[in-house]
Amino acid sequence: MTKIETPGADLPLQQLERVVIRFAGDSGDGMQITGNQFTQTSALFGNDLATLPDFPAEIRAPAGTRPGVSGFQLQFSSKDIHTPGDAPDILVAMNPAALVVNLGDLKAGGTVVVNTGAFKTNDLKKAKLDKNPLEDGTLDGYRVIPVDINARVLDALVDSPLKTKEKSRCKNFYTLGLMYWLYSRPLEPTITWLHEKFKKRPELVEANVIALKAGFNAGDIRELFQGQYEVPKTDELPAGTYRNMMGNDAIAMGLVAGAKMAGLTPVLGSYPITPASTILESLASYKHFGVVTMQMEDEIAAICAAIGASFSGSLGITSTSGPGMALKTEAMGLAISAEYPLVIINIQRAGPSTGMPTKVEQSDLLQAVFGRNGDAPVPVISCSRPSDAFQLTIDACRIAVQYMTPVILLSDNFIANGAEPWCLPDIESFKPFPVVFKTDPEGHQTFARNEKGARAWVKPGTPKMEFRIGGLEKDVEGNVSYDADNHQAMTNHRHNKVAAVAESIPTPELDGPDSGDLLILGWGSTVGILTQAVETAREDGVSVSRMHLTHIWPFPKGLDEIFSKFKAIMVPEMNMGQLTRILRGEMPQHNFIPFTKVTGQPFLTTEVVAKIKNVLEG
Amino acid sequence: MTDTATTTLTKKDFVSDQEVRWCPGCGDYAILAAMQKYMADSGADPANTVFVSGIGCSSRFPYYMNTYGFHTIHGRAPAVATGVKVANPDLSVWIVTGDGDALSIGGNHLAHILRRNLNVNILLFNNEIYGLTKGQYSPTSPVGTKKKSTPLGSVDRPFNPIAFALGCNATFVARSVDTDAKHLTRIFAAADAHQGTSFIEILQNCVIFNKDFYNKVVDRSVRADMTVDLVPGEKIVYGADKDKGLRFTASGLDTCGVDDAEVWDPSTATVSQAFAISQLDTDPDTPKPLGIFRAVDAQIYDESVREQVEEAVSAKGEGKIEDLVYSGDCWTVG
Repeated sequence: MTKIETPGADLPLQQLERVVIRFAGDSGDGMQITGNQFTQTSALFGNDLATLPDFPAEIRAPAGTRPGVSGFQLQFSSKDIHTPGDAPDILVAMNPAALVVNLGDLKAGGTVVVNTGAFKTNDLKKAKLDKNPLEDGTLDGYRVIPVDINARVLDALVDSPLKTKEKSRCKNFYTLGLMYWLYSRPLEPTITWLHEKFKKRPELVEANVIALKAGFNAGDIRELFQGQYEVPKTDELPAGTYRNMMGNDAIAMGLVAGAKMAGLTPVLGSYPITPASTILESLASYKHFGVVTMQMEDEIAAICAAIGASFSGSLGITSTSGPGMALKTEAMGLAISAEYPLVIINIQRAGPSTGMPTKVEQSDLLQAVFGRNGDAPVPVISCSRPSDAFQLTIDACRIAVQYMTPVILLSDNFIANGAEPWCLPDIESFKPFPVVFKTDPEGHQTFARNEKGARAWVKPGTPKMEFRIGGLEKDVEGNVSYDADNHQAMTNHRHNKVAAVAESIPTPELDGPDSGDLLILGWGSTVGILTQAVETAREDGVSVSRMHLTHIWPFPKGLDEIFSKFKAIMVPEMNMGQLTRILRGEMPQHNFIPFTKVTGQPFLTTEVVAKIKNVLEG
Repeated sequence: MTDTATTTLTKKDFVSDQEVRWCPGCGDYAILAAMQKYMADSGADPANTVFVSGIGCSSRFPYYMNTYGFHTIHGRAPAVATGVKVANPDLSVWIVTGDGDALSIGGNHLAHILRRNLNVNILLFNNEIYGLTKGQYSPTSPVGTKKKSTPLGSVDRPFNPIAFALGCNATFVARSVDTDAKHLTRIFAAADAHQGTSFIEILQNCVIFNKDFYNKVVDRSVRADMTVDLVPGEKIVYGADKDKGLRFTASGLDTCGVDDAEVWDPSTATVSQAFAISQLDTDPDTPKPLGIFRAVDAQIYDESVREQVEEAVSAKGEGKIEDLVYSGDCWTVG
């Protein structure tokens, strides 16, 4: 048990199994940093956790307005958990807009910590409020902890050389300190982080540390709360070394690892786009791993540069989100036609068009599987969570080089920006898949194929192997051909090659009985919610099984047999039923029931449980 | 060993086994022949040479060169070539494109490759027409061009490819003509020697859709008076008797006698001076400038990208996957 060395630390310490906390404030209030710090500290403390950042696309939407509200939800637990939680136990609201936007999600009787310093007439006006929600009964039924954070921060920093405006910016660390006290978290990880973050501005380090400590002490001295809580470290995580991980970082690492396992230089062509940009940024910082990154002039140039790199014998990679995928489709066709390895990463966001750039959706699945001119098949893989993204990214690299094909790796906003503990893999356990370039001109044909259906990879610079290649249809020699039979044959080859990828991927495991009334079949970032929902349903005495797909095109082998033992297969997804359509097309004999949601927010466990019961009750 | 066995290649070693399928009389034939000969004469290694193209008549060029070749998608050759060259800076990379490919659909990529100064050579075949789609006006066609898609004449002003390249801060900018093999070869050699992006506009005859569009400039009967060749180290003079010259003035460019003519140095002339020359033929009575407009040194993109990687490796040591994964704040369970 953590011992709190604070004067007057004699308030009761109550143990909780899990807590869901949501930080909400203006997008300039630093709520994402606050949430991430709480997450990191809880991870190091030894909790299991899951996070849900929820922020506007605008960097600084008009201050104090409802569209400008930025939120960060986190569940931390002494048990193995799968989701960031449906309803927060505690809401921290830094201003009126943050309060009214988030209050509806708070669980009945939950706690609201509210920054009363930000509830002046003008603040209420910005939030389009006629009355003060602190006084009009809005908060009836909740436990309200009023703290004038604005004033307390300035008090604490009275001796700081910073200007008032800069002092005010420290209020998120005051708030964080307050929450650290309430949930008995250590301050050290954040203090260390501040020293690193503001290395060049010691006065900022000092001010933020003072604010953090002032918040921590306030919880105690001012007796704002009736007591402290503690969420003990979990003993349910398997033994191993852990690290708190976000999806995009795991993908960036997986690309470095995948290219190394292929024996190739990874060359990324990318163009900044929310929420994929951090992959480009991370890889750009990995230059000492031999990574080459090019921030190109647009999405098309980004994929074309990656294809050019593959032509030269490197592993071409491009990362983007939905609108960027739309722009890249013609170039994907070139890589499919010329048969070059290429890893294409789509961090999906809500669409269509620009859609909602910072909100989650899984609506690019049909685009990934079918969205190109001509019969243009590519393997499609989807990450499910930050902790499987590393391994699946390596697998995308493997398929790309072994089958000489572009591979689309899907992720989404929830995985990209959500965090969870990642049990670090034993790197030695991965089987490398080194590429062997062909150098022997004897009897060589550009489109001769091996047992996987893949052509040989010859790189420029190899003597006596000069070839010309492109997007025009070509024959086995590599010469341009408009021959009818040849086009049929080449189309078949490309189709069969991608279908053959199924030979190299595992059949997903079933969670629960291998037959019954209902199978929940998910893909992508719904995995945690579906796992939780199935567990909850079982606690309620409902028999339901669950399976999660990571390799979506081609489907793994054995699905037909598994599906045949269930009366119904429910497919929850954050789109209008895209996987359901593919499943019905491929395996029309089964009873697929779509369950869709496109609000820009993940499913809630409760709504999935309700749907399960609803389906089973018929 | 004092005597290294070297095989001298001839033009035919650079001729691929593919049947050339341009229209009979197309200017592309002459450019192809000049390039194949230049490659042989300059001692190029076919295995180390890559031709990258986009889409259009000119973009079939790589199929006919017995080197490595990549026929990509419309307008994107500069982007593909960027990946090719950055992934392997040892390759000699040539981009073949046309006025539509480079300046319409691919205008963005052309601007950026010139800005970045990737160490490649770009050949832009300019015939002022869309050939492969059967004769629509192009972004270099003069205002009033009457073609199938502009029955009343085009109303949009054309690009001047040289001015475009200069505006993008290109480090090597030149113009040549398909019918003048000697001139072409000299420009190829200068472009090949230049470190950075070499941009060559080649006036090229489309005998089907824009036949002899350039005859008022390059026909033998008028050429001496209607073109002026910018030769580094030589005076800017023209005319059948080389009796007319050009000199820079405070307001731009002026005609003058041979004695007063400027000695041209594309490595020291300002962009403004090169730009002023590029605008000469906006007046139909003044000659069209050919030759080398600009040849200056600047940071080279592919080299710089690779240098950053090499410097990071030497500063931090070559990273291992274990170091990458097992970094940051870790904790142990069990």
